[in-house]
Amino acid sequence: MGQTIIEKIIEQHTQDEVRPGQIVWLELDLRTARDFGGPNVVKNYEREYDDEPVADASRTFFTFDLCTTGCLLRYADNQQICRLFARKQGLKVYDVDWGIGTHVLIEEGLARANTTCVGTDSHMNLLGAVGCFGQGMGDVDITFAFRTGRTWFEVPETVKIRLVGQPEPSASAKDLTLFLLRKLGTKVLAEKAAEFYGPAVEALSLAGRITLCSMITEMAGIIGFIPRANEEARKEMEKFSQEPWLPLQADPDAIYFQEIEIDISGLTPQVALPPSPANVRSLEEVAGKPVHSGFIGSCTNGRFEDLERAARILKGRRIKPGVILKVVPATRHVYEECLQKGIIEIFIRSGAIVLNPGCGGCAEGHAGLTGREEVQVSTGNRNFPGKQGKGEIILASPEVVAASCLTGYLTSPEEII
Amino acid sequence: MKKEIIKGRVWILLDDQGRLIEDIDTDQIYHNAYLHITDISQMGQYALGNLKGYEDFPSRAKEGDIIVAGRNFGAGSSRQQAVDCFLTLKIGAILAPSFSPIYWRNAINSGLAVLRCPWLVKLISSHNLETGDILEINVQSGEARNLTRQINFSLEPMNAVQLALYRAGNLFAYGREIAGSKQK
Repeated sequence: MGQTIIEKIIEQHTQDEVRPGQIVWLELDLRTARDFGGPNVVKNYEREYDDEPVADASRTFFTFDLCTTGCLLRYADNQQICRLFARKQGLKVYDVDWGIGTHVLIEEGLARANTTCVGTDSHMNLLGAVGCFGQGMGDVDITFAFRTGRTWFEVPETVKIRLVGQPEPSASAKDLTLFLLRKLGTKVLAEKAAEFYGPAVEALSLAGRITLCSMITEMAGIIGFIPRANEEARKEMEKFSQEPWLPLQADPDAIYFQEIEIDISGLTPQVALPPSPANVRSLEEVAGKPVHSGFIGSCTNGRFEDLERAARILKGRRIKPGVILKVVPATRHVYEECLQKGIIEIFIRSGAIVLNPGCGGCAEGHAGLTGREEVQVSTGNRNFPGKQGKGEIILASPEVVAASCLTGYLTSPEEII
Repeated sequence: MKKEIIKGRVWILLDDQGRLIEDIDTDQIYHNAYLHITDISQMGQYALGNLKGYEDFPSRAKEGDIIVAGRNFGAGSSRQQAVDCFLTLKIGAILAPSFSPIYWRNAINSGLAVLRCPWLVKLISSHNLETGDILEINVQSGEARNLTRQINFSLEPMNAVQLALYRAGNLFAYGREIAGSKQK
């Protein structure tokens, strides 16, 4: 019987029978914890396992990305708890100077095609962008994974999604992603894996693939894979992994829970209004709504290409007086590339703030919160009430955030350039 | 060992128009302002503290209460605290048409009874299930009975692993139980 991609990856990591609905013991190639969830893992670990060693120190990591300035005492404390545990156990810490853990795992060649990886990050599944089965888990799961190198997992059904048609040039990977959220909501992919096919999705760069795969979480899905990649994306993945990119492919007779075709012809910029990421409208419908601040970054839109696309709009222009734009590169690697190519200079000259790498504008990240009645246009992935302070969060592409910060209201990039 | 039959008072999470709230995310269940807390005994006071209309839930909840929520309960972050806060309050079970995948695992791993039930919306709209009713559920068979209204309905019973974990108490205890057999 033919298998889907997730079934094949799981089969390579278990002794148990693999079919949807079956619970298997899954071998985990990488197990990680952040400065969020990490201290809870340490506490659980010491309570349950005392001084027993982790299953494999070379496959176990901490990645600090939530509060990468340590500006809150409680996070500074928690980071130190993790460092001390790591020292005792001989684990590598990707400390606050590295950036977003999931992205660091890709750049360091750790998360690669056909591997399994877990961590205390609900967007761990963005690793699907490189063909890795990444999965966010809570601190109990991760503690167990640290000690045993495995976990139980229910093999999910797979939904096959074919995208037909070509979007407008003004639409980016984020617009495509928000449009899919609009179409799929939180029901269609709930508790499922997804496979994406079609020219528009296969033409995405690595940054674009990450954008789409990161928001499978907001669609309530397990993971998304894009089994084919263009030459440029392939080269970037191979540069990091130092091996040919050969992701497992679904069999022609694989059995899907559902097969869906979505027409994206003429797609234009999209935004998600509060109270949830699936509350998506086309930008046209809401253009002109005043915004007070902007955020460019996050695991969804913090790659070099994302920042460069925003910088293209800001170049030679000034942000509207009174509007604050915060920019947070995903990683140190991204920051360096921005520096080399003059992108940081463009941001600074336009009046933006550029912070050190990390998650930045999500949760209590080091880029700060929003105040009551503040409306922020953000490249993040969530806009639930209270997620980023007391303000209203509107999710958009880097281009739309940049354009809107120039005018002070929701603005299409085409209006600027 | 935990009880397979859970009996408790029902809390239905409804919006201001009386509809079952869907997509309740982990920031509404346990806000990110309290993520630094690692002591479970301190978490209960923040349960549902950011869900409109339920800010006073911790002071009103009683041991054994059963929460009924809408589809995709526990969306969003992977934070274990969104499960642990209900353990502090000794909540008996959470019922919903579906749960977010990470929340589902976190609850199972911590021994919190989470059960899927496709009939909840119908039961509520027909006034066959209301806040304050006393419910009795069997996690193994999936049988449920509203004792207040003398109505029976069904839940998706726990699967084998979920049941074993629930009986053991949590993933750690379960891991020790199976040590030497399947697990190294």
